Amino acid sequence: MIIRRTMKAALLGASLSALLVSAASAKTLVYCSEGSPEGFDSALYTTGTTFDASSKPVFNRLVEFVRGSTEVRPGLAESWTVSDDGLEYTFNLRKGVKFHSSASFTPTRDFNADDVIFSFARQLDKNHPWHSYTAGASWEYFNGMSMPDLVKEIVKVDDYTVKFVLTRPEAPMIANLAMDFASIQSQEYADKLAADGKMELMNQEPVGTGPFQFVGYQKDAVIRYQAFADHWAGKQPIDNLIFAITTDASVRLQKLKAGECHVVPFPAPADVADIKADPNLTLMEQEGLNVGYMAYNTTKAPFDNPKVRKALNKAINKQAILDAVFQGTGQAAKNPIPPTMWSYNAAIEDDAFDLEAAKAMLDEAGVKDLKMKIWAMPVQRPYNPNARRMAEVMQADFGKIGVDVEIVSYEWGEYLKRSKETDRDGAVLLGWTGDNGDPDNFLAVLLGCDGVGGSNRAHWCHKPFEDLIQKAKVTSDKAERTKLYEEAQVVFKEQAPWATIAHSVVFMPMSSKVSGYVMDPLGGHWFDGVDIAE
Amino acid sequence: MFRFLFSRIGLLIPTFLGVTIISFGFIRLLPGDPVLLMAGERGISDERYAELMDQFGFSRPIWEQYFDYLVGLLSGDLGTSIVTKKPVLTEFLTLFPATVELGLCAIIIAVALGIPAGIIAAVRRGSFTDQTIMGTALVGYSMPIFWWGLLLIILFSGILQWTPVSGRISLMYFFPQTTGFMLIDSLLSGQPGAFKSAVSHLILPSIVLATIPLAVIARQTRSAMLEVLGEDYVRTARAKGLSSSRVIGLHALRNALIPVITTIGLQVGVLLAGAILTETIFSWPGIGKWMVDSIARRDYPVVQGGLLMIAAIVMIVNLIVDVLYGLVNPRIRHT
Repeated sequence: MIIRRTMKAALLGASLSALLVSAASAKTLVYCSEGSPEGFDSALYTTGTTFDASSKPVFNRLVEFVRGSTEVRPGLAESWTVSDDGLEYTFNLRKGVKFHSSASFTPTRDFNADDVIFSFARQLDKNHPWHSYTAGASWEYFNGMSMPDLVKEIVKVDDYTVKFVLTRPEAPMIANLAMDFASIQSQEYADKLAADGKMELMNQEPVGTGPFQFVGYQKDAVIRYQAFADHWAGKQPIDNLIFAITTDASVRLQKLKAGECHVVPFPAPADVADIKADPNLTLMEQEGLNVGYMAYNTTKAPFDNPKVRKALNKAINKQAILDAVFQGTGQAAKNPIPPTMWSYNAAIEDDAFDLEAAKAMLDEAGVKDLKMKIWAMPVQRPYNPNARRMAEVMQADFGKIGVDVEIVSYEWGEYLKRSKETDRDGAVLLGWTGDNGDPDNFLAVLLGCDGVGGSNRAHWCHKPFEDLIQKAKVTSDKAERTKLYEEAQVVFKEQAPWATIAHSVVFMPMSSKVSGYVMDPLGGHWFDGVDIAE
Repeated sequence: MFRFLFSRIGLLIPTFLGVTIISFGFIRLLPGDPVLLMAGERGISDERYAELMDQFGFSRPIWEQYFDYLVGLLSGDLGTSIVTKKPVLTEFLTLFPATVELGLCAIIIAVALGIPAGIIAAVRRGSFTDQTIMGTALVGYSMPIFWWGLLLIILFSGILQWTPVSGRISLMYFFPQTTGFMLIDSLLSGQPGAFKSAVSHLILPSIVLATIPLAVIARQTRSAMLEVLGEDYVRTARAKGLSSSRVIGLHALRNALIPVITTIGLQVGVLLAGAILTETIFSWPGIGKWMVDSIARRDYPVVQGGLLMIAAIVMIVNLIVDVLYGLVNPRIRHT
């Protein structure tokens, strides 16, 4: 047994050494990632760190987001058609797409419709043999995007044609299919693992069609990939991609400066000026696809009165918040969707900070000696790096118009749970980061009537707004949808169920040797197309 | 001696049971649960929440969950991580060698420097050397690990570029983990430069982790030596004309070592606690970092399994210390 293990180790060592020899003369890009992936089957998870390490380098989807935008382009599907009633989406699949091979698997066939059916059926069908292949497999994103209610069936028309039949028209469907949970797995690999009794390897040794092939993962330390020479879109400019897991932002920056990594995410705001000043580094920046807000409980007096909400919004000094909380890494928000998202209504005027006007509006509404609670999140998020500080800035300004604020906070899980309760006492600080670049993902999820008692923390159900977003949801014409969403934003601003606070600005420092990196508005980190100078 | 050993082992059983209750209950006492945290801002419907809690087995009565946990423990099953979906024991065994390697290096540094420093301070009591050593020890003892680690990184890795910033070995080396100990694996790999790279990566984290134990050991050695140096038999040894080094090395040190050994044993717990921060700063893939991540995610099986394993290790090390103590001082095993 020991001899066999030693031989196995020696053989693996020999093959890895061969890889190393080739790597010595190869281009290697090191990305110092901020955390460890939970696993490599992205459909099982919901975090960006896991997606960066799994679905983005290793897999493809039927459709993909155009790099740097939320527009969708063909991926493993070359084209698609939508039926007139919006209930059938037919995808024509790309031919000649190869899967990666691994130590235990060599594919014998190209990608086809069976792989698409397998990838979704395992999430959709509770009786599918792969539905519970690993302990606690919950397919949370698939469920979170309401796919089980939305997808009636997935039909294999022929080897290279697949049809999704929906229960209702859903304009964001294509964008949903570009998301990480919709990554296409190999059915042949799954069959092999099932036959070998090693189903759990699906989550540990991923096999996909993506630009990088998984080589190995040393837990909490390093993930290694190799450029996939047979990738359908051509081989990558770099040969090896390495994720060096480095959780501390200051240490990541030191590693970048020391040349131990080439690209690092999430720099500390205090380090931004230092990075900008370093001639060996490049700092890219982009507005994040997110919004930080304060949701009033619109079912409770006096916050059920739009005038009161508007008055309070006028007493929020967003510039002071940007300075104190975001330290230059944010921009003031006037709409519930970020400016990088299509249908953003730039014409809307924000509520100007005016304490006198705010006080007058409160008097007009007959509100005196108002006492309220502001809930401050206990965690840091890009859309709100310091909720307690944000609440304190608001508390000071509200005090000047005679509103007495008490700041409360709970453990994060409790905070999320209690803030959903419709009889909640107080306005809650929270935010949202987009999943698929579709405005529906903000407006319907966060402000739609279905979300009351759930993700709609304002518990705001306003018919004129609801009619607009529901109409947009079933309209396939993008120009028409844009008009509807722009109108919805006007209604939102008049009614003010939230105080929109800020959108974060995301920074991405990298070595000046790196070229071709494009920032993803959805917050992901992609390395296809990236090159590094020798 | 055997009676002494059995009585010590007998004490371990109720302690171990107590640890199972604490490790099981501790994480559940914290507000929030893994399903809510997994859903995040996205939220989760009440039905789906109930379904997932059922699936993970968290909706069952707490005593039933505890009983299942104990039954699992008896068969060596610590449960499965709800995040990574891997067995807790497998994850622990994968990461533990990294923590042991770092801890061993740290304790070697702490003992190798701490005991001589304590002896010198005791022998030169009240001198400038004594005050310098004890002053430095006090600073070391009070040093916040996170700040100290970053300071060393900025100085030695950033400015002087003598050591790598973080990790266990340079990324250019890639070989199978045969033992999990990077120093050994790098030697086994036969790749030129790998061992040197592994050593260079160990230097800063070992120094950071060794700082507090070093200070404690130095202070303990000094005070134990001072006590012993005042004893009659030491005076007698001097009166007999033995050389100073012989008196200190042979007569005084041996007896002074008894409390020092206890202190070193107790430092294992300190090392494991310090490893949490040290591993985070130096991206060291050990159990400290693993536990912190798991607590944040409320990964109940990992937290309770990890705590239990850490507690078991501390208990075993303390048992060994007790036995060593008995060997060094025969009076102890008769009491």
